[in-house]
Amino acid sequence: MKHEEIIFSGFGGQGALFAGQLLAYAGMAEGRQVSWIPSYGPEMRGGTANCTVIVSDDEIGAPIIKNPTSAVVLNLPSMEKYEPLVKPGGVLVVNTSLVEVKSTRADLRVIYVPASDIAGELGNPRMANLVMLGALIAATDIVSLETVGQELGVHLSERQRKWLEPNKAALAKGAELARL
Amino acid sequence: MVKELLKGNVAFAEAALRYGLEAYFGYPITPQSEALEHLSGRMLEEGRVFLQAESELGAINMVYGAACSGVRVMTSTSGPGFSLMEEGLSYIAGSEIPVVVVNMMRGGPGLGNIQPSQGDYFLMTKTAGHGDFRPIVLAPASVQEIIDMMGLAFDLAEKYRTLVLIAGDGAIGQMMESAELPPMQPVRKERPAWAVTGAQDRDMNLITSLYLNPDRLEEVNWRLQAKLAVIRENEVRCKEYETADADLLLVAYGTVGRICLSVMREARAQGLKVGLLRPQTLWPFPEKRLLELAGQVRGMLVVEMSAGQMLEDVERAVRGKTPVQFYGRLGGIVPLVDEVAAALRKLDEETSQEK
Repeated sequence: MKHEEIIFSGFGGQGALFAGQLLAYAGMAEGRQVSWIPSYGPEMRGGTANCTVIVSDDEIGAPIIKNPTSAVVLNLPSMEKYEPLVKPGGVLVVNTSLVEVKSTRADLRVIYVPASDIAGELGNPRMANLVMLGALIAATDIVSLETVGQELGVHLSERQRKWLEPNKAALAKGAELARL
Repeated sequence: MVKELLKGNVAFAEAALRYGLEAYFGYPITPQSEALEHLSGRMLEEGRVFLQAESELGAINMVYGAACSGVRVMTSTSGPGFSLMEEGLSYIAGSEIPVVVVNMMRGGPGLGNIQPSQGDYFLMTKTAGHGDFRPIVLAPASVQEIIDMMGLAFDLAEKYRTLVLIAGDGAIGQMMESAELPPMQPVRKERPAWAVTGAQDRDMNLITSLYLNPDRLEEVNWRLQAKLAVIRENEVRCKEYETADADLLLVAYGTVGRICLSVMREARAQGLKVGLLRPQTLWPFPEKRLLELAGQVRGMLVVEMSAGQMLEDVERAVRGKTPVQFYGRLGGIVPLVDEVAAALRKLDEETSQEK
């Protein structure tokens, strides 16, 4: 039985919550059970914003977990908070554009992606979340990259629609870097 | 129908609308404000009534008035707002009119915080207002369950002419899950015979909770108690997981109930015969079933986001027939699987020595 628990974390505005939602939508589209729960406390204002996504073949129990199977960290405070918590054998995706330290965990698969820089080259540094999501998907196969692309087309807001293709390119670039 | 990824607050609000909600009165408070946000648009689109009152006091009295006229009506709030509504809730109970109230519990007492809590258990099941009454209290553990319980809540409220409360918590309100909404149902056109609708060509209806004559008020109270006895007999709901061969039983509701499902699975994987009983009604409480299970298991562990409120009902139900232990987190902290698992191991060790 497949059961994945992923934490996405970054500064408010970096799109950690949206990246998590997109993964949940993709999981649902592939017929899996999904849950998405954000941190909604005062720490969201200027501090870290994070969400927990669970994608499972079975009815989901605890929606809030301490030790995720994967963590996607968009900034340094997120790295410091979640690097120690990922389950042994898990995946840690690090945005090296903003996180200059290296992981000290030998029991994780750590993927370093200069996500904000790549997103900037593709036209908008705010697409760093999609670069990171692409890297996570390539490293874990939680869902297919194709499904994520499809769901992006459905759930990108009207205002952001012009960014659909660049966002897809960001996803693909993240996946490509994770496969290297 | 298709499954959608829905946030708990939006899901229960949209579900209520589709179950024929005609009027909503409320006042925003975290962690349930998305319900008001959603209904402020959708109710107007559907030609129904949405009104943001000046406070929770105003909101519950508008709900009271609308319910007297026989329309399907509700409000939603969180702890501090629920406290403000208590006077109105008692009048609603005394007047025996159908009303549904959702409480997305947050950390207390006082202003507390906005994180998930179950500290309003006593408030909702035992002290929802002055005088002798009990509301039906439903406890959803997922987005799908709160959708389904909205329909059940209206049905029970109208069947028994009673107050129905939904005991959610911040996590149920803020979480998104895949869930299916009900199809849109038509708004009921006919008003119940007891409703105050203008007494043209018929005798006057009077809805009141004022009975100055004590004999009359006692009579009213006994009738109310007789109705509550029927509810107690017929409306208990709970969900059981792997209780058939259980040696140990977890008892938890709402968000904590599903956390305990994860705890149970881990314990089972390690060979410990653990079951879970998750009450879906907090009143009436599944006391008969707990008493039966008390004769089967060697101990129970009650887990709550409180200092031990449902615990008292479990202890009362099992009448000392099995040891009952407790694990709780307070102040908006959600217990994690590892912590509960440790409390379960302690129960296992302490009770295996006894038998």
